[in-house]
Amino acid sequence: MNDLIDCGLETGLCTNCIHKGGFELLVNEMMNKNVVTLKPTDTIGKAIQLFREKNIRHLPVINEDDHCIGIISDRDIRSAVPSSLLQFEEMSKVLNQTVDTIMVKDVITVHPLDFFEEAAVLFNQYRIGCLPVESENKLVGIITQTDIIQTFITLTGTDQPGSQIEVRLHNQTGQLAELTRLISNENINILSVLIYPDQIHPNDNIIVLRLSTINPLPVIKSLENHGVEVIFPKLKEYPI
Amino acid sequence: MSGKAAFIYSDDYQTYKFKKGHPFNQYRLKITLDLLKKSKAITDQDILSPRFATDEEIGLIHDNRYIEAVKKAGYGKLSEDEAEKFGLGTEDTPIFSNMHEASSLIVGGTLTAVEAVMSGQYAHALNLGGGLHHSFRGRASGFCIYNDCAIAIQYIRKNYQAKVLYIDTDAHHGDGVQLAFYDDSYVCTLSIHETGRYLFPGTGTIYERGHGEGYGYSFNIPLDAFTEDESFLDCYKQSLTKIIEYFKPDVIVTQNGADAHYYDPLTHLSASMQIYREIPKLAHELAHQYCNGRWIGLGGGGYDIWRVVPRAWSLLWMEMSGQDLPIGPLPEEWRERWQKESPVALPYTWEDPDDMFEPIPRKKEIEEKNLLTLQRALQILQQS
Repeated sequence: MNDLIDCGLETGLCTNCIHKGGFELLVNEMMNKNVVTLKPTDTIGKAIQLFREKNIRHLPVINEDDHCIGIISDRDIRSAVPSSLLQFEEMSKVLNQTVDTIMVKDVITVHPLDFFEEAAVLFNQYRIGCLPVESENKLVGIITQTDIIQTFITLTGTDQPGSQIEVRLHNQTGQLAELTRLISNENINILSVLIYPDQIHPNDNIIVLRLSTINPLPVIKSLENHGVEVIFPKLKEYPI
Repeated sequence: MSGKAAFIYSDDYQTYKFKKGHPFNQYRLKITLDLLKKSKAITDQDILSPRFATDEEIGLIHDNRYIEAVKKAGYGKLSEDEAEKFGLGTEDTPIFSNMHEASSLIVGGTLTAVEAVMSGQYAHALNLGGGLHHSFRGRASGFCIYNDCAIAIQYIRKNYQAKVLYIDTDAHHGDGVQLAFYDDSYVCTLSIHETGRYLFPGTGTIYERGHGEGYGYSFNIPLDAFTEDESFLDCYKQSLTKIIEYFKPDVIVTQNGADAHYYDPLTHLSASMQIYREIPKLAHELAHQYCNGRWIGLGGGGYDIWRVVPRAWSLLWMEMSGQDLPIGPLPEEWRERWQKESPVALPYTWEDPDDMFEPIPRKKEIEEKNLLTLQRALQILQQS
């Protein structure tokens, strides 16, 4: 199983593992593999120190087999350490408590081959901030909401310089093909395409395109000439 | 408040020409200079010729492989595949003959402006041929081949060890310059632009604040589409006065793209000529207050080369050279000379008419949103 996940070759070089297709929107592609962890016998004091030092908000707790048996968040700590006005003695009692006394034990984990969409749904469904990733019962990574957002940014193409246009198309076979053909005729590269149903016109879709150009006007002009409705931007007078 | 100003110009700037019908058109420099001449606002003594930048100077920012690729492209010796890797041969930056030489002259012009000011010979200098803020270390982007703004700033850092404040009022985010100095605390960048929601390049959010040592030295004010003069100027004045007080630069470099105007075909802001009076006025005042006058002005975007750019950039030069800003009619001879070439009716006055566009119904909302953006962008100043 493990060699299917990461054969060590660069993307595109291997035909057996997940690397064969490059960016496949799998948990494996987006997870952080350098996970900071705790042992169940570590103290709350140590957890607090790690949260501060590493600037993170979640710490998985693993046993001697690297299996994730719990998780604590900076919020769990805040409720465990109720007031900074405690006397020194009481405070040090709390800080010396072991983390297994406050950790969440029914941890929801994902597998490296799970899809981005599945992981994203779990965040919403369980209102959690992070998901440990386990393979063969061993912790191999962690994903947070930030990773989901980063993946979404990559999907929308906003990590590369480009302009965005929105058009309305009938929800019909061939419409999108015609649209991309017209854009290709203008020699403009498409960075991303998002499609969502039109809230106002039930038989239409809104297509959001990121184009790799500072000047989308020739594309807009061509689309309008071919009867495609461009919602934004509208064509302006073009005194060039 | 006075000081000698230099205007860097050569007709050879016309060699930076992608192809016919391309929106980036240096013909606007000719139309602008003619407006200045016919307004009796410039003399031959004000004008300095640009020099060529050396490969070493361009290499302050750009990768040598990229410089070699630009050279080869300009001599017709770069394959299509190679070109694509460097962002060359696209619709935005098509290949044209001798593109390296044309681009080095623009960089050299900006360095001429830098030397004029840093040597103490001039208080201010203006290179309207420059301001190409989008290009990256190894890639052409958004009409820009060599990033003369970034090269100039690095040149100042290297040769004069001065702290540089870069102010970018082009309607597009100054991404190339921001990235070049993202981890540098001696260069502070401020870009005020239309939000990247629709507009190229898409970056320039308030959360891009710099990295490592440079954290807190990149500022972005992304404005909503259809932003008008009042809100634009409010954001500009508040951000600039607060940032300059915090950063205390030794020299100011401004990128004065003139594409935030309502008429500009590529952008969606709704500013008028008013902002092009006010933007240089404050920069000028602050240059004297903080930097002993040292101010280098650059061009940038500006795609309505008939109705917008000549007036906007003439006002910039007049402000820089300490002249009273004109109101009322434009020189009739200028209109006569250019109207026959212009595809649109040229304006009659230095100002725009009050009814240039229909009132924008969402005006209040846009102003509120921009104010919130401004406050969030500047929050970091209150913390320090």
